[in-house]
Amino acid sequence: MITAQLDGILPVNPSPELTERKWWDYFTFNTDHKVIGIQYLVTSFLFYLVGGALATAVRKELSTPEVDFVSRELYNSLFTMHATVMIFLWIVPAANGAFGNFLLPLMIGARDMAFPRLNAIAFWLIPPGGILLMSSFLVGAPASGWTSYPPLSLMNGKWGELIWILSLLILGTSSILGAVNFITTLLLMRRPGIGLNNMPLFCWAMLSSSALVLISTPVLAGALILLCFDLIGGTSFFNPTGGGDPIVYQHMFWFYSHPAVYIMILPVFGLVSEILPVHARKPIFGYQAIAYSSLAISFLGLIVWAHHMFTSGVPGWLRMFFMVATMVIAVPTGIKVFSWVATVWGGKLRLNSGMLFAMGFVSMFVIGGLSGVMLASAPFDIHVHDTYFVVAHLHYVLFGGSVFGLYAAIYHWFPKMTGRMINETWGKVHFVLTLVGFNLCFLPMHKVGLAGMPRRVAEYDPQFAAINLICSIGAYLLAVSTIPFVINAVYSWVRGPKAGANPWNAISPEWQTLSPPPIENYLGEPPFVPDPYDYGKDYNPGKRPMSQVKAADLWR
Amino acid sequence: MQTPAIDSQLLIPTHEPIHGHGEAHPDHRMFGLIIFLIAEGMIFLGLFVAYGTFRVVAPEWPPAGTPELELLLPGINTLILVSSSFVIHNADTAIKKNNVKGMQFWFLLTIVMGIIFLFGQLYEYNHTGFGLKDNVFTSTFYVLTGFHGLHVCLGIGAMLAVLWRSFKPGHYSPAHHFGIEVAELYWHFVDVIWIVLFLILYLL
Repeated sequence: MITAQLDGILPVNPSPELTERKWWDYFTFNTDHKVIGIQYLVTSFLFYLVGGALATAVRKELSTPEVDFVSRELYNSLFTMHATVMIFLWIVPAANGAFGNFLLPLMIGARDMAFPRLNAIAFWLIPPGGILLMSSFLVGAPASGWTSYPPLSLMNGKWGELIWILSLLILGTSSILGAVNFITTLLLMRRPGIGLNNMPLFCWAMLSSSALVLISTPVLAGALILLCFDLIGGTSFFNPTGGGDPIVYQHMFWFYSHPAVYIMILPVFGLVSEILPVHARKPIFGYQAIAYSSLAISFLGLIVWAHHMFTSGVPGWLRMFFMVATMVIAVPTGIKVFSWVATVWGGKLRLNSGMLFAMGFVSMFVIGGLSGVMLASAPFDIHVHDTYFVVAHLHYVLFGGSVFGLYAAIYHWFPKMTGRMINETWGKVHFVLTLVGFNLCFLPMHKVGLAGMPRRVAEYDPQFAAINLICSIGAYLLAVSTIPFVINAVYSWVRGPKAGANPWNAISPEWQTLSPPPIENYLGEPPFVPDPYDYGKDYNPGKRPMSQVKAADLWR
Repeated sequence: MQTPAIDSQLLIPTHEPIHGHGEAHPDHRMFGLIIFLIAEGMIFLGLFVAYGTFRVVAPEWPPAGTPELELLLPGINTLILVSSSFVIHNADTAIKKNNVKGMQFWFLLTIVMGIIFLFGQLYEYNHTGFGLKDNVFTSTFYVLTGFHGLHVCLGIGAMLAVLWRSFKPGHYSPAHHFGIEVAELYWHFVDVIWIVLFLILYLL
């Protein structure tokens, strides 16, 4: 049994200096990737709650057709900040910074990342960037959508917009510094014997995501710098009356922001590829296909940005190219989905919270992917652009996709990170509330979007009132659903039952060490795991007669 | 015994020293710097493409009424910057022969050339005859050259830091001179960006 094998290498009384982390370490400039990963996770989750509060306020306003909860201007700020916070302060840092940092060195048998101090610097840019962004509420938060198109974004409050630009520049820098670390670590610090083709799939996902961060985030920085000059420098980069062109902003902005969605989902794809085999007790189906499809999505993700601009007056040949390229991206994504389904097919499923969220991820993401392929078609998109159909799509892929996947990862690696087991019953309650609340909130949006309800407006035609009320109830349910999770997570972290090194009997390298891992990850040499998905293949060693084989043998 | 998924022999701690406790491990910093320079390159590329787009869609370029750019001073400035890249390379050659004084001399010379370049830029800014806000050409001119100038300042700062550290005896040696390599690579990067800038802003 794997646990028995570990008895030989895990010392009974490891020295405290190798295993103990004081709680205050997590509040300092600490270079340990595991500490940094948890710092990213907790910080980004706090911003998730902030973004969620903003969303609840948005949905409260939208529960009736009239403008009766907040002013129109404040409403515009609410949805602008909701999106900005969720993207730059929750999903990007959580998927990349949190899990990338915590897991990568463990998965490749390294003791830390390539540049631990740079890693800590990258994390410590997040809290000031986030606080700066939130401070914009004091001077008039930006109110032109998270896309901040000029000329509108240059006409609303200058200070709010300036703060928005500066905080995005800070957060983007954090992202880029993280990517430098991930790429270097993955390419140069794998344990001897671990090649690119037998490292865990999360590593492939992080490589692909980091390549996107590296290439596209700087272009956003360029766009923001030019926007900033227009805002406070009196230039006219994006002002037609001064010889500029607002479409240039859109191109530069979306050159980043489309890859940004892959930056938000690729790591989650990788996490799900790690979680499903463990709880289905089956090897991942199609390792090579999943690995290379991550690279394909990364590359294709750089050449589809103008599908956000089908109604901006761009020429027909451009729309045609981007329509086709966008549809092509569905292929590697579909390859992953089929591989995940094939992975759980015929498996002996352990339906714990992590697995439920991972499977929920697959189904919800597929729905989002279907609406995505619809939106890829320019003729269709022209009718539903800036309607709630797009809002429905983006939330199915970002919430049904990324957030479900992040929850799955939190439940799955909670024992490794904290050394304790999170309560399963409350995890299942959290899952059901989330699944119901999420679908209640976003599924009906497809319908009102198709019927023409525009997005980013505080009031709407009364014909949409009933459905909007349903959506808002779903949103309130989602808000409530976070409560059992937060209480469960905090309580279990402090007083949950001890987890042991490998509560899931998993094979991948991070489970072959203590929970939480000692300060330099492994005591002695890092374990050599030639195949991290080697589940259930050898359930009958010695070829005993089948009458002597028990079901428990499947559960190694 | 079932065949374990993990080779237990390899899990038993060996008597090799535990990695990372003060013993040498490979230096990945140059690789990291190159990866970072890809990001830096992309920000300039984004700005270049924006410039290119403004140019292509404009009815007239530079827009009517823009004073012409003179080529003599920027041309001389370009020569100074490009030759400074060769100068800084001499510093690398010097330290590889453990000639710290030589390295310091070449670095100082590069810094001086960089400062001359910056002064040349400032002089040019005062004598272009156009301002930041005049039109889209003048705006991109100042933003692009200014952003580049900022990177020149950072490069000079890096060289000054290296120069400062080089006064500590034994800090740089033929085997350990990563700081010098960083400053040199960054300076070459800044130089290449200027060549592209000079081409698209002045010559084309």
